[in-house]
Amino acid sequence: MKRKMDVQQGTLALMVLKTLDVLGPLHGYGVARRIEQISGDLLSVNQGTLYPVLLRLEQEGAIASEWGPSQNNRRARFYRLTRAGHKLLEAERREWGQTAAIIARFFAVKAKDLA
Amino acid sequence: MRSLNRLFTRLLNFTTRRCDDERLREEMESHIANQTEANIRAGMTPQDARRHARLKFGSVVAVREGYRAEAGLPFMENLLLDVRYALRVLRKSPAFTVVALVTLMLGIGANVVVFGVLNQVLLHPLDVSEPQSLYQIRHKQWMIGRLLTTSYPAFEDFRRRNTAFSGMAGIYGYSHAALRSRNAVRWVHGDAVTGNYFDLLGVQPEAGRFFHAADEHGPDSAPYVVLSDALWRSAFDADRGVVGTIVELDKHPFTVVGVAPSRFHGTERFVWPDYWMPIVMEGADFLHSRVSISVTVIGRLKPGVTPQWATENLNAIAAELAREYPETDDGQPLRLIHPGLLGDDGDVIRGFLWSVTVLALLVLAAACANLATLFAARAADRSRELALRVALGSSRERLVRQLLTEAVLVSLMGGAAGLVSARLLLGVLNRSQPFVDSLTVSLDARVYAAGLALTLASALLFGMAPAWQTWQSSPSQMMKNGQADPKHLRRFALRDLLLGAQIAICTLLVTASLVAVRGMVRALHAPLGIQPRGAMLADLDLSQVGQAGDVAVEKKKAAIEAVRSIPGVTAAGTVSRTPFTGGLHGIPIFRPGTTEFKLINSMLAPYVFTMSPGYLEAAGTRLLGGRDVSWHDTTQTPYVAIVNETFARKMFGETPWGETAAIGQHFIVSGNLTEVVGVAEDGKYHDMQESPQPVVYVPLSQSEDGETVFVVRSQRAPNEMAAALARTLSGIAPNVPITVESWPDALEDELFPARAATVSLGVMGLLAAMLAVTGIFGMAAYNVSRRTKELGIRVALGARRTQVMSAAVGRPIVLLGVGSVVGLLFGVFATRLLGQIVYQANPRDSVVVGGAVLTMALLGIAASAIPALRALAVDPSKLMREE
Repeated sequence: MKRKMDVQQGTLALMVLKTLDVLGPLHGYGVARRIEQISGDLLSVNQGTLYPVLLRLEQEGAIASEWGPSQNNRRARFYRLTRAGHKLLEAERREWGQTAAIIARFFAVKAKDLA
Repeated sequence: MRSLNRLFTRLLNFTTRRCDDERLREEMESHIANQTEANIRAGMTPQDARRHARLKFGSVVAVREGYRAEAGLPFMENLLLDVRYALRVLRKSPAFTVVALVTLMLGIGANVVVFGVLNQVLLHPLDVSEPQSLYQIRHKQWMIGRLLTTSYPAFEDFRRRNTAFSGMAGIYGYSHAALRSRNAVRWVHGDAVTGNYFDLLGVQPEAGRFFHAADEHGPDSAPYVVLSDALWRSAFDADRGVVGTIVELDKHPFTVVGVAPSRFHGTERFVWPDYWMPIVMEGADFLHSRVSISVTVIGRLKPGVTPQWATENLNAIAAELAREYPETDDGQPLRLIHPGLLGDDGDVIRGFLWSVTVLALLVLAAACANLATLFAARAADRSRELALRVALGSSRERLVRQLLTEAVLVSLMGGAAGLVSARLLLGVLNRSQPFVDSLTVSLDARVYAAGLALTLASALLFGMAPAWQTWQSSPSQMMKNGQADPKHLRRFALRDLLLGAQIAICTLLVTASLVAVRGMVRALHAPLGIQPRGAMLADLDLSQVGQAGDVAVEKKKAAIEAVRSIPGVTAAGTVSRTPFTGGLHGIPIFRPGTTEFKLINSMLAPYVFTMSPGYLEAAGTRLLGGRDVSWHDTTQTPYVAIVNETFARKMFGETPWGETAAIGQHFIVSGNLTEVVGVAEDGKYHDMQESPQPVVYVPLSQSEDGETVFVVRSQRAPNEMAAALARTLSGIAPNVPITVESWPDALEDELFPARAATVSLGVMGLLAAMLAVTGIFGMAAYNVSRRTKELGIRVALGARRTQVMSAAVGRPIVLLGVGSVVGLLFGVFATRLLGQIVYQANPRDSVVVGGAVLTMALLGIAASAIPALRALAVDPSKLMREE
């Protein structure tokens, strides 16, 4: 059964892309920590849900991955943004900006403005 | 693009069953280790650090499942599991599987064959450009078999005067000739067509060119011939060099101008011409005679013109012509049909094919009802297993999906088997006699799609029953009552309904096939007015020997004498055209003393046969009174004729002395005052279905009709006789192609529709009977096996044999009765349907009704006997212990 793509998962994918864009290649733990730092609660539990998202993005060609040594000399899988990923991020960013702007305008509206 | 990429990766992972479990495990470990280190740095104890790290990561199993779902195609994986499980289950009960597969194979195979034919005959348009605007002109009066519409001059009038058609072409479909090429002579049949024929149809030649309207310059001006692809291949080895060469048709030179494409077979689906030649080659007499009504007219409507409007336009012209030519043109109202199916026979063919399609679908429906019963029974038997699975946490959707997967799997296998067997059967049919070089049924994408649709639809039909049952049941109930609740059996169950419906359908089909067989038997014994058995037909064109007039008569006489003297020959004669070979049309006759030979003054329009003395005897037509014609009846002596009973009655009225009172009376035919010298028995002349037709036989020696077919009666074996006949005739007319055939073989074609109907309906009836047996047997056997414990108790408590019997098989028998009655009623109401299919169908026929009831009863008894015997053989002590 196909799982429903909820908003949170979509958001998570976007956050992964942005994190990799800003910080360059990172392993899964690194991505999780950055997202936690920035978004607070979103990944405070169930950090593991990040991995299906990473796989999905990789299958879509937005990110690529390879093995490499981490700081503590452990083998880790490093993810980096591809050209397609850059484009995707740009597109998503624009879309989010538009959506956010529209929603913001709606919340700003008062009854007298519509009269 | 992205999702496509992803789909490919997932598909690849799915097919290679790759899942990067190892990679995920390593990543997860590394993640947790990193988190643990961070936690230790933050001041936790190592144990706490590790615990927190794990908590923060979340459920490893859930992550892995999510990961797997992303990596592969979980739907497909589950489906594969279902399929594998279903295959295992089916393998475990081979008898059930084989029965289900065979049932489906027969049901779907029958449908594919029928739909294949339907598709080829009705759904494929003719292979010409814009077939929708192409029409054939017919008389308004509905007629079987007669393709002819008008005379050539009348056709020209219609073509010139109409304002509704952008083009109109005439076809003379009875052209035949001896084709001489490369030192071989063969009989060929073709169409003589007007020059605009190919341009009107919009067909392009395969080689060379076609002839055009501009090639026609009056009678015999265009000695061109276009070969059909089949003739080109068989007689000329598909040699492109044949274009431009001269071939001889009936000793006249014709230039081969081109070859028609292999897909093009003229405008009739069942009659494929060997060649086309310009109609002007039929000669001046043909082109100017308004009496010879032998042109089939097709036309293409102008854009925007409705068929109604065109019909009115044509009828106005017909009325004009009747005023201008009262002696020849009767002004019959016309109508338009689409060409291709032998004129009005198209209605019969369409009706037949659609009806057989309906019957085939009914067979499939019965098969589905049968399978639904089987599957439902199995699901009930498996209720404990299903309950266990629900109890272990399987969702209902999952169970229903499992059951449907089984059904679809069975139906796909059965459907595939059905398609393959249908293909093989059609292959055999295509190579068998009446189909060779006429209709070829090929399975195209549409047929395969229909087969697949039927397969899936039937899977849904019979898969729904068990699925629905499973959906309805509660697992706890199922766990508690592995065996069915006895109360449940008293109720009217879905299975009973299915079996009842199945029996009703089967009775209907058995009735239909019995009706067809009866009709066939009647058709075979219908008085034909001839005795084909023991007679041979020899077809040769004596006009090619080259004499005319009295010399030709002498020549024919000599030929008949020669044939007559072959040892073993009891009678011999010639006739212009044997019955059931088409091309007949009425010739107006007048009372003696008529001066104006207008059609409205004519008395009758009988068929006129030209025959030699001895023909009637050779054909086995009884002479009821008077004398046969003789060689002494010549153009110098008074004109004489023999008429049939219908003619005598219609022309001279009923008399107390019977039809023979007509002897000595006179009438005028073809302008000659003719005396009736004999009366012959009635017969069938054009087709089996015709009403009694008036017929006149005129002697060869007083007629101008040059066509001759030898009819020879003998007691010798047909093949022996054929050889002797061919030898004798080729001695008289060397280098003229001769076809010799036994008369019954020649009549095969006429009987073919009835025979085809009988065979197809017989097969349906047989299939239905088989389904009924398996259905009833299955139901009865199932009842007994479900109730062995109960029956054991009954026997132990002293139940009598009859009581046990009725408990065991009472229900199927009752269902059998009810179903049969319903089916019979349907059969009676479907009279019209059956009447369209078979000759002289009458489902109210007591033999048919009795036969159907008896068949169903016998089948029912046979199918219930085994379970009943099993019920009687019950050993109570053993059975009660059995779970």
